[in-house]
Amino acid sequence: MAAAAGIDNEAKSTNVLRLWTDERARGVILQVVVLVSLAAFIAMIVSNTLANLERAGLDVGFGFLDNPAFFEINQKLISYSSTSSYGRALIVGLLNTLLVAAMGIVTATIVGFSAGVLRLSPNWLVSRLVATYVETIRNIPVLLQIIFWWTILIELPKVADSVVIGGGIYLNNRGVRLPAPILEAGFGWVFFAFLLAVVATIMIATWAHRRHDKSGQTFPVFWVGLGLIIGLPLATHFALGQPVSWDVPVKQRFNYTGGFNIVPELVALWFALSVYTGAFISEIVRSGIMAVSKGQTEAASALGLRSGQTMRLVVIPQALRVIIPPLTSQYLNLTKNSSLAIAIGYQDVVATGNIILNQSGRSLEIVGIWMLIYLSLSLLTSAFMNWYNKHISLVER
Amino acid sequence: MTVDSQNTGRAFYRKQADLLPEKAAPVTSVGALGWLRTNMFSGWFNTGLTLIAVYILWRIIPPIVDWVFLTSDVEGVDRFACTNSGACWAWLDQRIRQYLYGFYPADQIWRVNIAVILLFPALAPMLFSGMPYKRILSWFSLAYPVIATILIIGGLGLEPVSTNRFGGFMLNLIVGLSGIVLSLPVGIVLALARRSQLPIVRTLSVLFIEAVRGVPLLTLLFVSNIILPIFLPPDVTFDSLVRVIIMVTAFSAAYMAEVIRGGLQAIPRGQYEAAQAMGLNYSKMMALIILPQALKISIPGIVNTFIGLFKDTTLVILIGLFDILGIGKAMVANPDWQGLGTETYAFVACFFFVVCFSMSRYSVYLEKRLDTEERR
Repeated sequence: MAAAAGIDNEAKSTNVLRLWTDERARGVILQVVVLVSLAAFIAMIVSNTLANLERAGLDVGFGFLDNPAFFEINQKLISYSSTSSYGRALIVGLLNTLLVAAMGIVTATIVGFSAGVLRLSPNWLVSRLVATYVETIRNIPVLLQIIFWWTILIELPKVADSVVIGGGIYLNNRGVRLPAPILEAGFGWVFFAFLLAVVATIMIATWAHRRHDKSGQTFPVFWVGLGLIIGLPLATHFALGQPVSWDVPVKQRFNYTGGFNIVPELVALWFALSVYTGAFISEIVRSGIMAVSKGQTEAASALGLRSGQTMRLVVIPQALRVIIPPLTSQYLNLTKNSSLAIAIGYQDVVATGNIILNQSGRSLEIVGIWMLIYLSLSLLTSAFMNWYNKHISLVER
Repeated sequence: MTVDSQNTGRAFYRKQADLLPEKAAPVTSVGALGWLRTNMFSGWFNTGLTLIAVYILWRIIPPIVDWVFLTSDVEGVDRFACTNSGACWAWLDQRIRQYLYGFYPADQIWRVNIAVILLFPALAPMLFSGMPYKRILSWFSLAYPVIATILIIGGLGLEPVSTNRFGGFMLNLIVGLSGIVLSLPVGIVLALARRSQLPIVRTLSVLFIEAVRGVPLLTLLFVSNIILPIFLPPDVTFDSLVRVIIMVTAFSAAYMAEVIRGGLQAIPRGQYEAAQAMGLNYSKMMALIILPQALKISIPGIVNTFIGLFKDTTLVILIGLFDILGIGKAMVANPDWQGLGTETYAFVACFFFVVCFSMSRYSVYLEKRLDTEERR
């Protein structure tokens, strides 16, 4: 308000005008107006809210989270029953959100990268085919796709006439039933062998890299590492007399026993989100690879790199710089789109929250929890991807 | 000209007749066969890909054609009338009005039709350059939202129709178009605010954009349904359609703001300085120099946001409105038409595909038209 201090009282009207033409003073006035109106707006909302809550006889607080929930959840990663608390139900829902988001991110990335590379293929038929997939899927609402796949899945045959896929996998209108691994004593050693192989591979890679820098000699790190990571746990597994057995589903009169079941809601949501987000990722990958100039490829082959090496050492590292930022927002979109689970009854954090909201009337608290969860998921994902982006970005002067 | 014409008799190069006749290129490297060879069968890997693609097409296309057209049923009053093995389109005849107009009174549907027809002359001057009567049409475009609102909601002698009778594809169009028209200006304001020198304005804009972009649209719609009544005085109520439009607009505007901010960032500093040197003030500088350039480079992003917004209009079924998807979902649950999910959702998908695909093609056309970069 330094500018306002200099106002001369005698020539008020001209001074007010001058105040408006002074850019700094105008900025200050504008901001004060914005701030005051915002404060008034918030004050109005708070007073309305307090009045409305008082009339409805509600108070605001999170104590209700300890109350028993009295509803079932069909898909759960941690133990939960209808006598568990609301808080536990929300955690089960949150874990379901994270589960489908993580599964979706992995498959959407695979689908997207394959489709993006195939779209650039010199093969006319293949690139047309992939283009058709991308253009069709991108232009149809994801909610429609989720409901569509779910409808198809629940119209599958009943348990009695399940579709046998083989290897103990059955498909019916209650979902996909898979064999479950049973870990017996001694499995810890197999896991330990796996960890050991990973550590050894990392050490070999570091050593090979250093040797390559010093002497130019190469070492087949990929194949040795693959052999170690697969071979060592496998050898331990057989040496200890196969400590893992499979609990294969067995058909009973009304349902299968044994194994574990993935509900159709999860399968439909996962599939729809992967296919939908994969289409977007493929476009990102395509534009990323196209952004690397042809001169880079030519220079690489002039240096004597083979085409695989050109791709791995020259093109992809540069394409990733273009790909990573929009890829991050696709991952976030997938996570947010998983909230559409409510349409088909997969109980994610929004769906469980909605049931709790309807049962307890705690709308402010539940909406607050939703916002908090999604905002922190967004922040965490972007923080990680920003770190990764910085890690691979071009170091300039 | 030639040596012969000079009549010297000593040609020091061969005459055309002495040369061997030109041979045609081998059939395997030109024409359709050559094209196939270079594009689809160059090497074992490429050939393998082609074979896989052909196999996929062969497994997909004939069954779909068969299902949609050859073995389908088109007449009947319920699903039991469909006896062929293919699709059952018998419901189209009965239900098409619901899919298009929801529960809009049957005798008033002409009003919606007129509004849709008028949409084309209203859009034309904005979409294409070189339209005749552009000036008059532009005024019409400005007046169109008012005309359409009166036509659809009623007033001025037209029978009022309550918004809760809106539905079907008409609802998607209403929410989508209102969102598109409103979110662009709001997005521009938010983007300018985010790049403003004023700290409070900037902070508020950043908070709004990041908060909205961080949460799913679904939770915002729930907020409008559940929380808004708590925030408002008890005697103030909003129409549920208006609430949806506000939320969809706010959601898209936040994305729009980021797209436009990207465009603004790409404008070189010299453009700002040149505008200031010419004595333009902030609003003139933005309106005449910066925004036209920034919006031009943001076109792909802006259209993508529009497409996203239009697809997101289906989310209204989750707060109890019946758009085209909602009508379809309700029909699939109806015992008369149970089990016709594939037909229904394929039908609904066509509507969205046509609208969204046209928008994306238009954006490609617009990019080309506005491309004023000097070419080397």
